[in-house]
Amino acid sequence: MIRFLLLGILRDRSRSLFPLIVIIVGVALTVILQTWLSGMLDNMIQSSANFMTGHSKITTRAYAAEAQQMPNDLALLGADSLIAAAAGEFPEMIWTPRIRFGGLLDLPDSSGETRAQGPVFGTAVDLFNPASPEPKLLNLEQALVRGRLPQFPGEILISEDFSRKLGIEPGDTATLLSVTMYGSMAWYNFTIAGTIRFGVVAMDRGAMIADIHDIRKALDMEDAAGEILGFFRDFQYNQTRAGEIAADFNRHYSDPDDEFSPLMKTLREQNNLASLIDVLSWALGGIITIFLLVMFIVLWNAGLMGSLRRYGEIGVRLAIGEDRGHLYRSMLYESVILGILGSLLGTALGLAVSYYLQHQGIDIGSLIKNSSMMFSSVLRARITPLSYIIGFLPGVLATVLGTAVSGIGIYKRQTSQLFKELET
Amino acid sequence: MQNSILISTNNLTKRFPMGEDAVVALDQVNLQFRKGEFAGLVGPSGSGKTTLLNIIGSLDVPSEGEVLVLGEAIEKIGHKAAARLRNRHIGFIFQTFNLLPVYTAFENVEFPLLLQRIPESQRKKAVWESLEWVGLTDKAKSRPSQLSGGQSQRVAIARAMVKRPSIMLADEPTANLDAQNSHNILQIMERLNRELQTTFIFSTHDEKVIQYLRRKITLDDGRVASDETFTTERAGS
Ligand SMILES: Nc1ncnc2c1ncn2[C@@H]1O[C@H](COP(=O)(O)OP(=O)(O)OP(=O)(O)O)[C@@H](O)[C@H]1O
Ligand SMILES: [Mg+2]
Repeated sequence: MIRFLLLGILRDRSRSLFPLIVIIVGVALTVILQTWLSGMLDNMIQSSANFMTGHSKITTRAYAAEAQQMPNDLALLGADSLIAAAAGEFPEMIWTPRIRFGGLLDLPDSSGETRAQGPVFGTAVDLFNPASPEPKLLNLEQALVRGRLPQFPGEILISEDFSRKLGIEPGDTATLLSVTMYGSMAWYNFTIAGTIRFGVVAMDRGAMIADIHDIRKALDMEDAAGEILGFFRDFQYNQTRAGEIAADFNRHYSDPDDEFSPLMKTLREQNNLASLIDVLSWALGGIITIFLLVMFIVLWNAGLMGSLRRYGEIGVRLAIGEDRGHLYRSMLYESVILGILGSLLGTALGLAVSYYLQHQGIDIGSLIKNSSMMFSSVLRARITPLSYIIGFLPGVLATVLGTAVSGIGIYKRQTSQLFKELET
Repeated sequence: MQNSILISTNNLTKRFPMGEDAVVALDQVNLQFRKGEFAGLVGPSGSGKTTLLNIIGSLDVPSEGEVLVLGEAIEKIGHKAAARLRNRHIGFIFQTFNLLPVYTAFENVEFPLLLQRIPESQRKKAVWESLEWVGLTDKAKSRPSQLSGGQSQRVAIARAMVKRPSIMLADEPTANLDAQNSHNILQIMERLNRELQTTFIFSTHDEKVIQYLRRKITLDDGRVASDETFTTERAGS
């Protein structure tokens, strides 16, 4: 009998091929949507990690409390030895110092008078150390628009938009006006090496990237760092492990009574990211659920139509003396076989597309030029364990349910009625 | 046994709901059929022929009255028992849409035996025998779409007879066939009737079929208008 079922499926194209294609497409779309949305969430987390929070961040307790103000008077002292200690204790992470600062960038003309001036939000990172992860984290090579990356002390990058606004060209010199760690005025001259665009709007407004050694000099912060960012070596954020490391670190180094003692926070614990990530996860879950429902209805209907089309066959089989229950079950088996086969193929197809998206990405930079989203403009999918099974939900369940519901007609109608419907 | 009654209806009435009213398709029908009969229901369109065949074949149930088929009371029969009755003892042949299009002629004939879980070797033998009866062994591997109308009806006969039913119900089996094919399948059925004592009940408008009948029941508006039996052999043989 099973052989008979399989023969039927294999030989009847309209019975198998059309529903199979619908299932494959539906399942593949489900998988792609899921990986794509996870990729988006991932992307957001990664942008946030690379530009702002790290996977973990060490600051003083006081700095952490006012992190938004960039309070460099509360920076960590003895940063280098702290980094060495953290690296020794948690070798799975890379640690790198940063100083975030605000100020005015002043552009003098040939006679030394101010030609243009604008507020900058600066980030000082370790640019020249070959072991530094920063050029990669900030994606500097890809972000460069004009000029070149800094190669010598005193060279900086500024955002392309900002440079256009002030009329700055690579090669120009500019003066940073800011405040030292100890509260006095600071001047420092820089050469503009190049301009950058990150594709992250928040970073592109008035950004300035400088080498941390220069800024330490400029702001009188020798061996100090506003923040020490930690990144897992595989650059994948792992909340559980990050939490363990932070707890471990804080137990050893942090003293609640000393506001200058260091404190480690995970990505989630910073900038209200926890609630943002949670809200987004919920939203993504919602989108996926709605999509699943839609796929469910589509596949349900495909199952329904498949059965309705077969009243003739059903009538003949009943007349031959097949029991209704037997007939009903055989239709269900058929839909299970189709559902599983379609889900397997659809999942494979969806994963293949997702794999491509995960490794190549699609640059939609030109589409979101004016958006203020906090993620990078290259869309990437991310395959998670869920991706392997999510398609089976609509693929198998909806197909079988659609058949099950339409098959109830077999029970409800008088057998002779099935014949009547056949004749028309 | 020769003349035992296989089917009897007692005041059989069938109504179909039609909006507020009901159509009376069969009205107080009292009929008996004996083993080995070759009988036909004739009458104008809408007179209730198909309805009567469906009820005898347990595809439908009476609204009133009793119907006894091989000892089973159709008015009380459950789905499972009805399916078993059809599967073991009743063969159907319809005007159209007889065969399952995805299966070959052989597989179509095999299907009822699969339902009975008959072992393969026995099954194969019975299928070949049936195909031989209708002269279609060479078309065993053909699909219904590759068969002519007459060949399809012969496969339908082979499938109906493969389980050696005691009753064959044929609803206008020749309606779509030309004269040659009609005579051909009627002769096959007549032979079945003669050699295997299978009881046949037809519904038909077709004069060619009527020639072969040994009993002609005329229905009119759901009632039995006449019931004639011909003792002498008539056409064909
Ligand atoms: N399922 C049904 N629902 C409603 N009315 C029905 C149904 N089946 C049959 N009828 C009605 O019952 C009556 C008898 O129909 P039946 O099909 O038995 O006639 P018939 O003698 O077989 O006609 P024909 O020669 O056209 O096949 C008709 O009036 C028909 O409209
Ligand atoms: Mg009819």
